[in-house]
Amino acid sequence: MARPCRPRAEHLRAKPCFLQLQLSHSPRSLPLRRERGDRVPWLQQRSSCSATLGGCCSAGPAPAGPSLRPRARPLQPPPLQDYISMRAPRPGRPPRTPYPGLRRSRPGAGSTALRMPAAGRGQAEAGPPRQGELREPRRLPPHSPAPPAAAQPAALALVILLSFASRFHRLAEPPHVCWDETHFGKMGSYYINRTFFFDVHPPLGKMLIGLAGYLSGYDGTFPFQKPGDRYEQHNYMGMRGFCAFLGSCLVPLVYLTVLELSKSLPAALLTAFILIFDTGCITLSQYILLDPILMFFVMGAVLSMVKCNSCADRPFSASWWFWMSLTGVNLAGAMGVKFVGLFVVLLVGLNTMHDLWDLLGNLSLSLVMFGKHLLARVLCLILLPLALYTAMFAVHFTVLNKSGPGDGFFSSAFQSQLIGNNLHNMSVPEHLAYGSMVTMKNLRMAGGYLHSHWHLYPEGIGARQQQVTAYLHKDLNNLWIVKKHHSDTDPSIPVEFVRHGDIIRLEHKETSRNLHSHQHEAPLTRKHFQVTAYGINGTGDSNDFWRIEVVGRKAEKLIRVLRSQVRLIHVATGCILGSSGKILPKWGWEQLEVTCTPYLKETPNSLWNFEDHINPKLPNISLDVLKPSFAEILLESHMVMIQGNTALKPKDNEVTSKPWHWPINYQGLRFSGVNETDYRVYLLGNPVIWWLNLVTIGLYLLITVSTAVALKRGVQLTSEHKELSRVVLRGGGQIMLGWLLHYLPFFMMGRVLYFHHYFPAMLFSSMLTGITWDTLLKFLAGFWSPSTTAKKVYGAGFLALVLLIIYSFYLFHPLSYGIVGPMASDPSSPMAGLRWMDSWEF
Amino acid sequence: MLGFLKEPVILTVEINMNVMVLTLMGLISRLWRLSYPRAVVFDEVYYGQFVSLYMKRIFFVDDSGPPFGHMLLALGGYLGGFDGNFLWNRIGAEYSMNVPVWSLRLLPALAGALCVPLAYQILVELQFSHCAALGAALLILLENSLITQSRFMLLESILIFFILLAVLAYLKFYNLQKHSSFSGSWWFWLLLTGVACSCAVGVKYMGLFTYILLLTIAGLHFWHVIGDQNLSNVSLMCHFLARTLALIVIPVAMYVSFFYVHLTLLYRSGPHDQIMTSAFQASLEGGLARITQGQPLEVAYGSQITLRNVLGKPMQCWLHSHTNTYPIRYENGRGSSHQQQVTCYPFKDVNNWWIVKDPGMQQLVVSNPPRPVRHGHIVQLVHGITTRYLNTHDVAAPLSPHSQEVSCYIDYNISMPAQNLWRVEIVNRESDTDVWKTILSEVRFVHVNTSAVLKLSGASLPEWGYRQLEVVGEKLSKGYHQSMVWNVEEHRYGKSLEQKEREVELHSPTQMDISKNLSFMAKFTELQWKILTLKNEETEHKYSSSALDWITMDTNIAYWLHPTSSAQIHLLGNVVTWTSANVAALVYVCLSLWYLVRRRRKIYDIPEDAWQLWVSAGGICVGGWAVNYLPFFGMEKTLFLYHYLPALTFQILLIPIVLQHISDHLCRSVLLKSMFTALIVAWFSSVYFVYSTFSPVTYGEPSLSVTELKDLRWKDSWNILIRKQ
Repeated sequence: MARPCRPRAEHLRAKPCFLQLQLSHSPRSLPLRRERGDRVPWLQQRSSCSATLGGCCSAGPAPAGPSLRPRARPLQPPPLQDYISMRAPRPGRPPRTPYPGLRRSRPGAGSTALRMPAAGRGQAEAGPPRQGELREPRRLPPHSPAPPAAAQPAALALVILLSFASRFHRLAEPPHVCWDETHFGKMGSYYINRTFFFDVHPPLGKMLIGLAGYLSGYDGTFPFQKPGDRYEQHNYMGMRGFCAFLGSCLVPLVYLTVLELSKSLPAALLTAFILIFDTGCITLSQYILLDPILMFFVMGAVLSMVKCNSCADRPFSASWWFWMSLTGVNLAGAMGVKFVGLFVVLLVGLNTMHDLWDLLGNLSLSLVMFGKHLLARVLCLILLPLALYTAMFAVHFTVLNKSGPGDGFFSSAFQSQLIGNNLHNMSVPEHLAYGSMVTMKNLRMAGGYLHSHWHLYPEGIGARQQQVTAYLHKDLNNLWIVKKHHSDTDPSIPVEFVRHGDIIRLEHKETSRNLHSHQHEAPLTRKHFQVTAYGINGTGDSNDFWRIEVVGRKAEKLIRVLRSQVRLIHVATGCILGSSGKILPKWGWEQLEVTCTPYLKETPNSLWNFEDHINPKLPNISLDVLKPSFAEILLESHMVMIQGNTALKPKDNEVTSKPWHWPINYQGLRFSGVNETDYRVYLLGNPVIWWLNLVTIGLYLLITVSTAVALKRGVQLTSEHKELSRVVLRGGGQIMLGWLLHYLPFFMMGRVLYFHHYFPAMLFSSMLTGITWDTLLKFLAGFWSPSTTAKKVYGAGFLALVLLIIYSFYLFHPLSYGIVGPMASDPSSPMAGLRWMDSWEF
Repeated sequence: MLGFLKEPVILTVEINMNVMVLTLMGLISRLWRLSYPRAVVFDEVYYGQFVSLYMKRIFFVDDSGPPFGHMLLALGGYLGGFDGNFLWNRIGAEYSMNVPVWSLRLLPALAGALCVPLAYQILVELQFSHCAALGAALLILLENSLITQSRFMLLESILIFFILLAVLAYLKFYNLQKHSSFSGSWWFWLLLTGVACSCAVGVKYMGLFTYILLLTIAGLHFWHVIGDQNLSNVSLMCHFLARTLALIVIPVAMYVSFFYVHLTLLYRSGPHDQIMTSAFQASLEGGLARITQGQPLEVAYGSQITLRNVLGKPMQCWLHSHTNTYPIRYENGRGSSHQQQVTCYPFKDVNNWWIVKDPGMQQLVVSNPPRPVRHGHIVQLVHGITTRYLNTHDVAAPLSPHSQEVSCYIDYNISMPAQNLWRVEIVNRESDTDVWKTILSEVRFVHVNTSAVLKLSGASLPEWGYRQLEVVGEKLSKGYHQSMVWNVEEHRYGKSLEQKEREVELHSPTQMDISKNLSFMAKFTELQWKILTLKNEETEHKYSSSALDWITMDTNIAYWLHPTSSAQIHLLGNVVTWTSANVAALVYVCLSLWYLVRRRRKIYDIPEDAWQLWVSAGGICVGGWAVNYLPFFGMEKTLFLYHYLPALTFQILLIPIVLQHISDHLCRSVLLKSMFTALIVAWFSSVYFVYSTFSPVTYGEPSLSVTELKDLRWKDSWNILIRKQ
């Protein structure tokens, strides 16, 4: 082992200091010291001494660093990985009582004796910082650049000002529908008009947009048909302004988060500047979209989580409760805008679990207290968000009480709630009769109507007969005529009702073919039989016969429309008509597969009800359809949303955005305008910022690994460096986790992805950039000896970064605020030199 | 001198009879009547065709995994003298006399048999008792599903063998680490870990899961080595490098070498050629190489070429035109330009020939010396037979109305001028002055007037277009996509000045004499990429199942049915073992959570070393189960029960661990202990009972009667085949 050469005098000088410190040290650091051959500890003590008093450490307030806290550490059990390691106990551990005074200082030592051998290793452990450290952050090393008291509000004001200015600048331009405004603006209008619609995202974001529109005087009459439609006299500024407002609030939220995590004003400012001057963030905040709303809630949750962590030293205080319940509120908000809000829920959940695990290990906390902590978190972070989330659905369903384009996605019972739907206050013949025209709805959530059309199954997929599918929209092709199995209904004789157990035939009204099944494989579910429509003008064969049964009923009973749950059993093969819920390929128009299943299980897949019922010979009776409970509606709407999301699959040969494109800013999104004369807005991140973010992630990993290894190797750091490593490991770690959680899951998603999905992750990445560069600059500046020079170096580095960001924004700002004129591929364009990647299209 | 004679020569041999006996029993259970049934069983129909192709040295691509497993199966065929002549077309087909069934099935069966002693050794290395180790080995031995899977030409048993070998090697290495680092056996086991891992990955990509698990465990262990302050930085570095070498560098190198052997063995062209690029095809013997051999490399003005789309989906095709025109009105009422159709045609045809023309010159022959076309040059493409120019304009394409129609220009004297200038962009260029090369260059054709890109839309035209594939001009070209990239496949310098001569020239075959060979790395990257991205049609199989069905074994697979009697083979597990394995996993997780929470509160229920053993055993067994099982929930491919077997193996190893732990630490009185032992004996006999009950459908004999078969159907969801009388 190499031993550093050092003048003997230094040894002598350092020694008393070392001894004195031992008294306040935990005993388990001693064996380590013995084994290591007292090299590094001396070095450390020397430096920490010189850092505080220059000569020797007196008994005054301990010089900050976590190593000097006597009690918190030894009480921690060793981290989990010690156990996974299957490590043998280290040989040759010297006796541990050189300083009798220690025993006195720790009365509880006896009870923990059992685990001491393992704990000896933990000293240089680089695992997640402990409870003790959590409470530490407010105590900074003496000469850390603590900002002057007035600087912080001023900085915050500056950030807010710049943020609002950048987002509200030219907000009204272009005065036509841009990109997805066509969806979300339209949905806002639906709320104002109270017509029911269906969307794959939860309702909060669109409700807020609708509300903003309503309050600003928009009347919901603009059709939002396609991008490029001019708004003319319609008031769209309220909705855009609302989104821009939330998008602007994002920056102060991020600023405060970084400030809380790093305790460094420059780091927070750097992050804020990155976001203020990122063209992508600006563009995304300026239009009627869900993203600014989502990102606002995500960052709100992160900020309140971080604030709540800082309050950990005074649990159950007012501010503690406040921040924790605010976390819950923001979580509900994030989940209520888009399902990707789930990622921030995961982040907060992991943080809470870590928190609870720490509390559990704190033996000074009684189990009752621990239970209180647990309950508080369950209340604020689970029950409260759930209640809010449910409430927003309640509002959603109360507001949208008129029939609209989303009806067919939901069950008959649900539809009967909507004013204007044909099932609302409806009157139909009550009992099913031969000769009636009916539609049949599958009882599976988002099941669809039994449907057929002229198209045949393609070659090689079962028999080449007419397709039968399940279709979610109301359509004439959903109509079927109920007939007796052997004869056509004679119009002259009186009406005959269909009874439980009867054998019937269903004729498709448009094509006059019978519902048919046979022993061919179904197109997707190979274990089931194919269902087709067969025959000409109603004449088919014996494979067209179905026995109709009502669930839970004896023979000879009539079949009630809407309320009876029926199943159709194929007479020849004994299989049951059902819908597998799988989406057919292009040849089946992406409708749902209908099969005949030989497995006689009772699932909603194979149950149907009759919805429309037309029979001129029977009197119409007004029917109250069973009202679904709110819980059922909630569940149903979620199933429909999930199904809608999975249905968004990329088509063959379609060029789609891939997750790996995003961090490198490979390709943007056209928000408005294609040709040279158009007002063009192009969603693209400021490349300088994005590439800086990308580099920083690598840099951060490098720093983290080296810091962790250094700590694990027992390298003793100065208190300053300890503080830096704490920020990097703890604060940076949280942010890094956030970035990973908001980015990696997209690699596993099968649905169509777009560039804008990366923006929540980009926020985390920017925060990481702020923290990492601040740390790095501080670390590098530490090499210059007088502290004034070091400060200058640090300031220069910081300034250089900020100027770089602002200059790049100056170059790229036309992307957000609009370009008119030649494309960048044309050398005469002012943006000509800026098309750094061929894939950019501006 | 002769001093050594004074002492007797003593050879002390230590033989662990347990291991010997277990190996023997494993061999008996897996090798017994191996060549029965002499018919194609289940997926043998799939792997068999690859064995045949290996025997005939014909190139193939299998998207299900890397080639090492296939090669091992083929090795069996090679040793048995198989000539590859068998038509693998249907399950249940009788093997002809030339198929060495026994030796084809030998390697998987051997691998399956060796899993038994491996399980024993793993538990010993985890420092559990010999009794527990014996139990684990016997459970593996009596697991019907593992037996069935081992006895045929399938890859799972080989995969499981390598996985277990890797785990064992790592444990051996780790146990040596404590006292003899860098010794010979230390190196041996470390290297063996890496080799076994790469073999596992080479057999099936599933092996990657275990590889990652072992890497994680090795990383954790190394993290503790870092914390060991007794080690100098230099020796720490040595440790790190040794691990990187053995666990990352060597596996990667071996993985690549599998492909090297694969490509060396398969040098003939065959039915799978089409999905590869022209360059790759040209490197195979026969096929495209016969045609393209000796073509001029550089495309020049006046060259006659065929252009192949790089995408190769839905099928490979060449840019094509014929005298028919687009219909004036389509079925949906939209109009067209009524100019000559341009399509993509999946067969070789004289109408696939195009001539590269310099817009500034009239001649269609190559000048002397030839003037090569470079990246960025603007050319016209003349259709060889009709001499019309490739053209696109602002008219909606027939099936993709958002894109432009591509046609061969016919001048109708209406206000629709020819727009036939195309810029050649070489995608895989090294510099901006690169020359357009035959086969090697991938080019995009960018229309000069509209900057649309020539693209294969993938849709097939209706009757009027003879069901050929649609070619369009894509206006909004979003980045790179293979459907927009073309390469020259056949090429010759045009010599004929007159159209008549030219037609004769186009009809005549090309001939040449230079060969263009791809480097191994280029071939490897292409093949690897194809394997990873190739997607077979998403189809559900009759016996496919979902991952959730596996834990409870709600599904089985019928592998084979005797053509006349009701003898049959099923993939069906030992119900008692499966249930106990689930219970063991559940108990393990619950107990661990309990201990963990209690330890957090400084209450220590079991001694420290017992806890360490418990954690490390769980890390391997529960971890192994989780990594081999949970990823299937996120997968979209067709899943079968046999995908669960690696996970099951790990779960079975957990049973004796949990049992021993319970008997050692939770049964505190002697009475309890003896009762527990009695229970274990009873339970074990039930395992044996179930094994023997189901062995007729495991080994496929004896043939059972209908009632016996019905009695075997313990679960309604099992599909046991009963002949209709």
